[in-house]
Amino acid sequence: MALTFRTGFITEPFNAIAGAIVVPVQRGVTTAGTWFKTRADELAEIRRLQDENASLRARIDELNTQNTALQQDVYELNELRILFDLDKQYEEYETVGARVIAKDAGNWYHSFVIDKGSDEGIQKDMNVIAGSGLVGRVIDTGPHWAKVMTIIADNSSVSGTVLSSADNLMVTGDLTLYEKGLIGFSKLVDNADRVAAGDKIVTSNISDKYLPGILIGYISSVEEDSNHLTKSGTVTPAVDFNHLNDVLVVLQLKEDHTTEVEE
Amino acid sequence: MKKAFVYFLMILCLFVLQTTVFHAISLGGIVPNLILIFVVSAGLMSGESYGLTCGFFCGLLCDIFFGSFLGFYAILYLYIGFVNGLFHRSFFAQNIALPIMLLTGSDFVYGVACYILMFLFRSRFAFGYYFTHRIVPELVYTLVAALIVYPVILRLSTRLDIIERKSEKKFV
Repeated sequence: MALTFRTGFITEPFNAIAGAIVVPVQRGVTTAGTWFKTRADELAEIRRLQDENASLRARIDELNTQNTALQQDVYELNELRILFDLDKQYEEYETVGARVIAKDAGNWYHSFVIDKGSDEGIQKDMNVIAGSGLVGRVIDTGPHWAKVMTIIADNSSVSGTVLSSADNLMVTGDLTLYEKGLIGFSKLVDNADRVAAGDKIVTSNISDKYLPGILIGYISSVEEDSNHLTKSGTVTPAVDFNHLNDVLVVLQLKEDHTTEVEE
Repeated sequence: MKKAFVYFLMILCLFVLQTTVFHAISLGGIVPNLILIFVVSAGLMSGESYGLTCGFFCGLLCDIFFGSFLGFYAILYLYIGFVNGLFHRSFFAQNIALPIMLLTGSDFVYGVACYILMFLFRSRFAFGYYFTHRIVPELVYTLVAALIVYPVILRLSTRLDIIERKSEKKFV
């Protein structure tokens, strides 16, 4: 011991031997250790990531729900804004209430007679609404009665607009659809396929008889026509025509309305 | 004269009934055609001139209140009244088969004429649908309604005939 302590002549070979034998092992072990360590670390990491992932996913779900809710709110907001506008428009029109006193004698058309006429200021082509939507228009007046043609009558056509996409279409009464409580529409040009069931239809501003923005109903089905250019389908009217007893006559004609706007 | 006045009142009554109360008892949106029952019976009981005039006025009422232009229903009911009036000679009160047959025929002709003139001309070709959902139900419902309305018209008409004959005797 003292020898080695003093001289250290044997140290080098030992070192060399040790170095030659142990170091690779050490290296190996270290490498392996590190490898295991990293694997272990990785495993730990994976577990952590998995946990983190799970929590993030939960967060995403939460945000998604929030997002959907917000989107719905936005849609609702838009719709309410539109409705609000519509309501304002309805309010702008001066109306007079009238009672339905007689309904069509035949079974082919669906016109009716109301108890207000030219003496009460009602004129031909005035629009008739009830509660939530369009009923029809006055087609003839007497002193104290007026004849109203409904939009569900087979010979009636109204030019309408889809609110969501602003596409124009023709809403036409159809006796074959009447029993299902529907009316037909046609001539809808919608190449982008934006119009779907449930969309609102209001009277268009290009109609020469009907005031713009009055609710007609909701689209219940859309089909592509055989010409592949236009679409047609059915509309559920906003008004319950079977239980129609009181209506409102809008005391403003479309012609006057357009001239006012131009002025 | 009295007869004409009573017939006029009768037309008004039936027209009002049909356009108001009968809509409440309509089945599947189908209303029985009281006006047609009256026109057929008037023609049958009183001859073609009465049938023709009654038909014209009934139709005119329909035109004024519900038609899109004057004259369509007037001329349709006028023809129906006239043709039924041709059967006046073979009419007697106890015979129930003739009025039923004529009413069936008239309502059928009325329905088909309405379809052709108001729907076919606007290129609505689904005759099968209109036949099974409008013409036939109306026919059946009208026949059922006629069971109640026809005897009333018949009794009224015979009473009027008796009164008129008496007054004629007075003058002679």
